[in-house]
Amino acid sequence: MLRLLGRKLLALIPVLFLVTFATTALPDLVDGSPVAQMLGPGSTPQDLKDLEHEFGYDKSLPVRYVTWVGNALTGDLGESLKTRTSVMDGIAERFPVTLELAVFALLMALIVAVPLGVWTAAKAGGRVDRVIGGVSSGLLSIPTFVSVFILVYFFANPKMMLAFKPTGWEYISVDFAKNIEFAFLPALALALAEIPQFQRLLRSDMLATLQEDFILTARSKGLSTPYVLFRHALRPSSFSLLTVSGLTLGRLIGGTVIVESYFAIPGLGQGMYQAINGKDIPVVQGTVVVIALIYVLLNTLVDIGYSLIDPRVRAR
Amino acid sequence: MAEPTTTGSPTPDEPLLRAEDLRVHLDTPRGLLKAVDGVSFAIERGETLGLVGESGSGKSMLVRSLMGICPSIARIRGSVRLDGRELVGVPRKEARTIWGNRIAMVFQDPMTSLNPVLRIDRQLTESMRLHLGLGKKEANERAIELLTLVGIPEPLKRSRSYPHQLSGGMRQRVTIAMALACDPDVLIADEATTALDVTVQRQILDLLQEIQAERGMGMILVSHDLGVVAGRTDQIAVMYAGRMVEHSPTADLFAHRRHRYTEALLGAVPRLDVPREQRPRAIPGSPPDLITLASGCAFAARCGAADDLCRAQRPELGEDLGTHRFACHHPVGTDAPAGADAASGDGADEKPSLMKETPA
Amino acid sequence: MSTLETAPAVGETPATAAAAKSGKARKRPSFLLWFAIAWMALVLLGALLSLVASDVFPHGYDKAFGEAKQAPFSSWPEFLGTDGLGRSHLTRLAFGARVSMIVALVSVVVGVLVGGLLGLVAAYFRGVTEMVIDLFSDALLAFPPLILLLALSSVYEPSQTSITAGLAVLTIPGFTRLTKASAIAQSNREYVTVAKAMGAGPGRIIFKELLPNTFPAVMSYSVIVMAVLIVAEGSLSFLGLSIPPPMPSWGGMINSAKDDLSLYPSQVFVPCAVLFLTVFSLNVIGDRLRAKFDVRDTKL
Repeated sequence: MLRLLGRKLLALIPVLFLVTFATTALPDLVDGSPVAQMLGPGSTPQDLKDLEHEFGYDKSLPVRYVTWVGNALTGDLGESLKTRTSVMDGIAERFPVTLELAVFALLMALIVAVPLGVWTAAKAGGRVDRVIGGVSSGLLSIPTFVSVFILVYFFANPKMMLAFKPTGWEYISVDFAKNIEFAFLPALALALAEIPQFQRLLRSDMLATLQEDFILTARSKGLSTPYVLFRHALRPSSFSLLTVSGLTLGRLIGGTVIVESYFAIPGLGQGMYQAINGKDIPVVQGTVVVIALIYVLLNTLVDIGYSLIDPRVRAR
Repeated sequence: MAEPTTTGSPTPDEPLLRAEDLRVHLDTPRGLLKAVDGVSFAIERGETLGLVGESGSGKSMLVRSLMGICPSIARIRGSVRLDGRELVGVPRKEARTIWGNRIAMVFQDPMTSLNPVLRIDRQLTESMRLHLGLGKKEANERAIELLTLVGIPEPLKRSRSYPHQLSGGMRQRVTIAMALACDPDVLIADEATTALDVTVQRQILDLLQEIQAERGMGMILVSHDLGVVAGRTDQIAVMYAGRMVEHSPTADLFAHRRHRYTEALLGAVPRLDVPREQRPRAIPGSPPDLITLASGCAFAARCGAADDLCRAQRPELGEDLGTHRFACHHPVGTDAPAGADAASGDGADEKPSLMKETPA
Repeated sequence: MSTLETAPAVGETPATAAAAKSGKARKRPSFLLWFAIAWMALVLLGALLSLVASDVFPHGYDKAFGEAKQAPFSSWPEFLGTDGLGRSHLTRLAFGARVSMIVALVSVVVGVLVGGLLGLVAAYFRGVTEMVIDLFSDALLAFPPLILLLALSSVYEPSQTSITAGLAVLTIPGFTRLTKASAIAQSNREYVTVAKAMGAGPGRIIFKELLPNTFPAVMSYSVIVMAVLIVAEGSLSFLGLSIPPPMPSWGGMINSAKDDLSLYPSQVFVPCAVLFLTVFSLNVIGDRLRAKFDVRDTKL
């Protein structure tokens, strides 16, 4: 187990190197100087040089990379060009919001998709299965930015149903109920795209499990159908769903830009969006690296975790 | 309502388990498949029925219909009564109080018939908690008792294991313990030893026999191997193409086998005490397709003694349970299939006489 | 007279009804496929017309011609209504199709060519070559796709070229993995061994033996990837980080109408519906191809 973990983490090193190096190279791609926009009117070329020196852009890429990695390891991701505040602090403030949104969306998707997956597998080929299958393949084709509008139009619209407010984010630490109330629609918009994938995956794994002999054994004990489905069939069918959930969490953390910018939620995605519009390169760099890091680590953990949940694999 | 309830005492004259004209028909895309077609038998307490046949003869489907675990396309008709209480055609919810409680089953392959992700104790106790209403602690204690009973060393430790941590023989002992959990009246063993090593096979069969004698259960021993059921049953039913072709007290069947198929089956059992020329013979041909079954005797195509009568008219099995019944126009012992069409055929249908045996 | 006329009609009805019913039952799954193909043909036609013969549209994409925010189906030939500046939805959607189709097609072609070649090379040489190629694929896949595009848009001014280039780079690793996997499966087959034994060089084996056999898998995957690319481009234009105005794109049209959602929902939902139908059609076609060639799921 430890050896597996070690090998997986070792394999991450070259990937992480490329990711961080590419991000460090980002300022070199900028047309002109990355700090040019910071200069007020009437500034001299010397001012520009000073600024570039201050942010280290006058050094060569390898030097900058080593400096950046050294700083990053101590938790220093540089300074925002706009606000001159620590990039790390900004990320630390925004990350919990995005994480909450992603976890909320993931839970929502699972709560809906698991019963649907079990149900469609139990009734495979029947009318319920075909209707849900049709709806889910339609749902799969709705991009998040479209489902945002559908949800807001129907559920946060004074002309239709004003069940939710489209704006007014509240931090979870300030007011839990208000936070959940507001986070519901954005999380649902994110969850909608995941539900059909989860449902399909669970359905096909369930179908395979239901062919197993131990299901017959369970039925021969006189157990009720729901009991057999949820207590005997669901667990051995859920390993790939759990794996995919882990990967999805990583994807959601990196994919909240759209809902965060539409609903004005102060998370990582919104921060990144504002930084892009403001050409605030250090913030973009920091956010990208943090998100990529989480994404890669989560994928690796899921890879390892897979062997932890299945007792059959665990034994080997 | 005078209907007997679960705890009702046995009705006089009713055997423990009685199946009458039981039919299991499957609606397959190719057509109606008569997996089990008109089967009757009765078992008393402490009695064992051996159910023998090739794969596809309907024996597994027959016992599955007793347990309510047929595929959803199956239509079950006829009657199955446990202590006089009907099981066919009653709502599932009602029948579920019987399955796993008063009739229980041990499956063929212990490697696949246990849930791999649930611990042994969970799988052992769930039917006790459901049917007997035991609490967690009581059920766990009883589970340990059962594991001890079936001869599992360190039962406390084993009960906390996952199935894959046990050997095949151990797992089959666990499934037997599982079947015994609610102290059933009838135990069905569906090829329960086929997947095991020969030595283990013997141990498991002995264990089953021992427990049965101790508890006075009725038992159905399903096997494709006449040798397995020979010394351990009170009556044997041979199945072919969804029907019983011969059904008789065990001793009688081995002494005077009548059906040509039973004869062929016995010929296929390897034995060391016969001359080399009589070593096992495979039965020629293969079992018939149950969907396109013709009207005559299903075995006619593979039978050496078959004639036009066999191909045109299906021989009937007698109706008297407990006697030696067989469905053959030209039973073993009545040689020369020619000449004696009507007389011997009808005679066999009406009352198969045990005295009629001609010395070879 | 009337009885004579009705008599055969009565006799006919059950037969024709039964025929229609059985026909419907049989054709039902492929109805969706035909719809998808028809819709994609329409989208491609719109894209093509806007590219080579934009005069056929009654009004230009960048000029107001009438009242703003007209609802769809209220006038002809502008049956899709007008946008917030009184410009034709019909023309703008056709030009949006042009953007979506060019971005998706070019990216997929680049992805197939570059990714496919890398995959074949990795599958043929294995060893260090494969390791290096895998490393770059893994590094590229380590970014959530949208994040990488956003990072690029922070340094490049968005234009059709930069968006296409960015998306093309993102599609490469998926195709590399897919062709590699299917080529490795192929290269263990006997005919490749035979070809090697007969002295065929790597180029010959890659292009004559491995390439044709990876084609079906790549083709069905390409269609699914196009759907993903259209959504990705839409997401970028929705964020205002794609083709700059006045050139219309579907995501951009949705973005500019978003404040009108409660008062003029059609402003948002007309381009949304077009985008949805396109993505849906591509998914239907891709699924059908995949089922036909029996290709397993691969992630972009």
